[in-house]
Amino acid sequence: MSERAAVGSVASEPVIEVDDLVVTFRGRRGGGTARALDGVNLAVGRGEIVALVGESGCGKTTLARSILGLERPASGEVRFQGEPLGYGGRALKAYRRRVQLVLQDPTGSLNPRQTVYEAVAEGPRVHRMADESGRVVKALSQAGIRPPERFFLRYPHELSGGQRQRVVIAGALALNPEVIVADEPVSSLDASVRGEILALLLQLREELELTLLVVTHDLGLAWNIADRLVVMYLGRVVEDGTTEQVLNNPQHPYTKALLSVVPEMEQVESIVLTGETPDCARIPTGCRFHPRCPAYASGEAEAAGIAADCRSRELPILGATGGHRAACWLVPAGDAPIPR
Amino acid sequence: MRRASTVTTPRKLSPYAIARTRRKKSLQRFAQAFFGQPAGVIGLVILSVFVLLAVSAPLLFDREMLDITKTLGNESLEPPNGDFWLGTDENGRSILAVLVWGARASLVVGLAASLISMVLGTLIGIGSGHYTGLAGSALQRLTDWFLVIPFIPLVVVLAAVLGQRGLGTIVLVLGVTSWPGTARLVRAQTLSVEGRPYLERAKVLGDSDWQQMTKHVLPNVMPLVIANTTLTVAIVILSETTLAFLGLGDPFLDSWGTMLDKATGAGAASTGAWWYLLPPGICVILVVLAFTLIGRTLEVVLNPRLGSE
Repeated sequence: MSERAAVGSVASEPVIEVDDLVVTFRGRRGGGTARALDGVNLAVGRGEIVALVGESGCGKTTLARSILGLERPASGEVRFQGEPLGYGGRALKAYRRRVQLVLQDPTGSLNPRQTVYEAVAEGPRVHRMADESGRVVKALSQAGIRPPERFFLRYPHELSGGQRQRVVIAGALALNPEVIVADEPVSSLDASVRGEILALLLQLREELELTLLVVTHDLGLAWNIADRLVVMYLGRVVEDGTTEQVLNNPQHPYTKALLSVVPEMEQVESIVLTGETPDCARIPTGCRFHPRCPAYASGEAEAAGIAADCRSRELPILGATGGHRAACWLVPAGDAPIPR
Repeated sequence: MRRASTVTTPRKLSPYAIARTRRKKSLQRFAQAFFGQPAGVIGLVILSVFVLLAVSAPLLFDREMLDITKTLGNESLEPPNGDFWLGTDENGRSILAVLVWGARASLVVGLAASLISMVLGTLIGIGSGHYTGLAGSALQRLTDWFLVIPFIPLVVVLAAVLGQRGLGTIVLVLGVTSWPGTARLVRAQTLSVEGRPYLERAKVLGDSDWQQMTKHVLPNVMPLVIANTTLTVAIVILSETTLAFLGLGDPFLDSWGTMLDKATGAGAASTGAWWYLLPPGICVILVVLAFTLIGRTLEVVLNPRLGSE
């Protein structure tokens, strides 16, 4: 655990920084503009595994896509090793050789008309890297497809779900990236395969010193692999800290609610949130979580004398760095451990 | 193969060898599926007969038999008999000879114009599906524009504007007017392929627009294009017949359409010269039927969703 904390200290050298990022989507037929990301700060250190958690629709996938330059920000920026991301074709291509994506659905991520070899060789071919077949063999064995040659001619439909995801990961590894952004990498796989893929990701971090940003809605998964947890709600980061800090001592009522429904968490009374995530075209005033907040509804906020703030005072946006912190009026600002 | 001795167990395969093996396998699978469909086999047999006739036309009938200066000795509009199995036309030419030579013209026009239509339709269809924004909409409007213009007047105007009536002109006119249907179909399929995660993956791997279109979209829309083109051939042959019948074809080219035109002009219908009108008509119907049967079978074989098990 201490080893994890050492690796996880962001202070060292952020590889990817997201600075006050806003991404909007134009609504259809007077639906208004949806602010999918509404001011997000994030820093991912070298060799770190950061898990981005939250409900569906909270903006975690949008954040992952923006980090890869697949969404253009309305304002704010994404930086890679201190350099702002360029959106020109050549700049993006060079950037994406170093930062790769693994998608949720391994079946859909592979072209049904390409063999395993072609799927993995695609990256090196596009980037005109030397020794294509050598790279493919290496990437496939790194991803746990062994012996690689036996799988060269297979089509995706001839592989199992876990194998497909390994091929997708191999495709990313073939480019020798520094960062892999994985969007729900195991959510479409069954439990036993899920463990294997997670073990693979951890092993790759050890062997290749990869930096990983894992998007997930599964806190159990985050607990297993992440050094740091970033909890998102409705386009903003609401809590950020090392995995131990966040899971052992959650500060934000939203995090508490998420944690209380993880089956592995014992002796915690389930807090079931009511309602859906609000429409991000109509974000509630004050704290954006207050309409669903159990602390607000139970009168805890009223007792603390901050209920009016919850309703109408805009919360400051959490910074990218610092210790364990949460965006909630109940939680005092600052890095100091918060007394309960 | 000498390398095989040095490289042992993990058999090294070059990307080309992989692609070759893959193609061979899928071709075998395809042939098996195709020949399992009686309709497709019937279509293929009919088409093969016509292609064989067209290819061997110079062996069966001397080109001179079509020259009206050489056939003055024959009686005109003679009913079928031992010398002329399908009778003669108004110039005393053997209808069978004209018919066999006409198969050449009709097939060449049909295939060439369909090829132009296929290339245009696929390019414009994939382009309008892949590029969102101005370029895509412009291509789509262009497609719509060609789609709503009445076909016959457009062809008539084009044929007139291009002047000089020859095989090339007809091919060009039919080619540039018959692509919008293909383009729409390809666009729809492109949109569906564009939504799949593997296109996102390709983008992230660094594929350019061109690479995305050729490596990922094209192979996935190709089956549809092939099936559709086969059906286009049938339509184009009919259109060529229409054009020729309207007198817009090449007067020196003996296609089935021209035959029908001349037969009407010579009063074959009123004089009861059925042997002049029926053979080209039946041939057109048979070839169109053959292409349609093949096209439908290809559709079923290449699109697993249509296949009934």
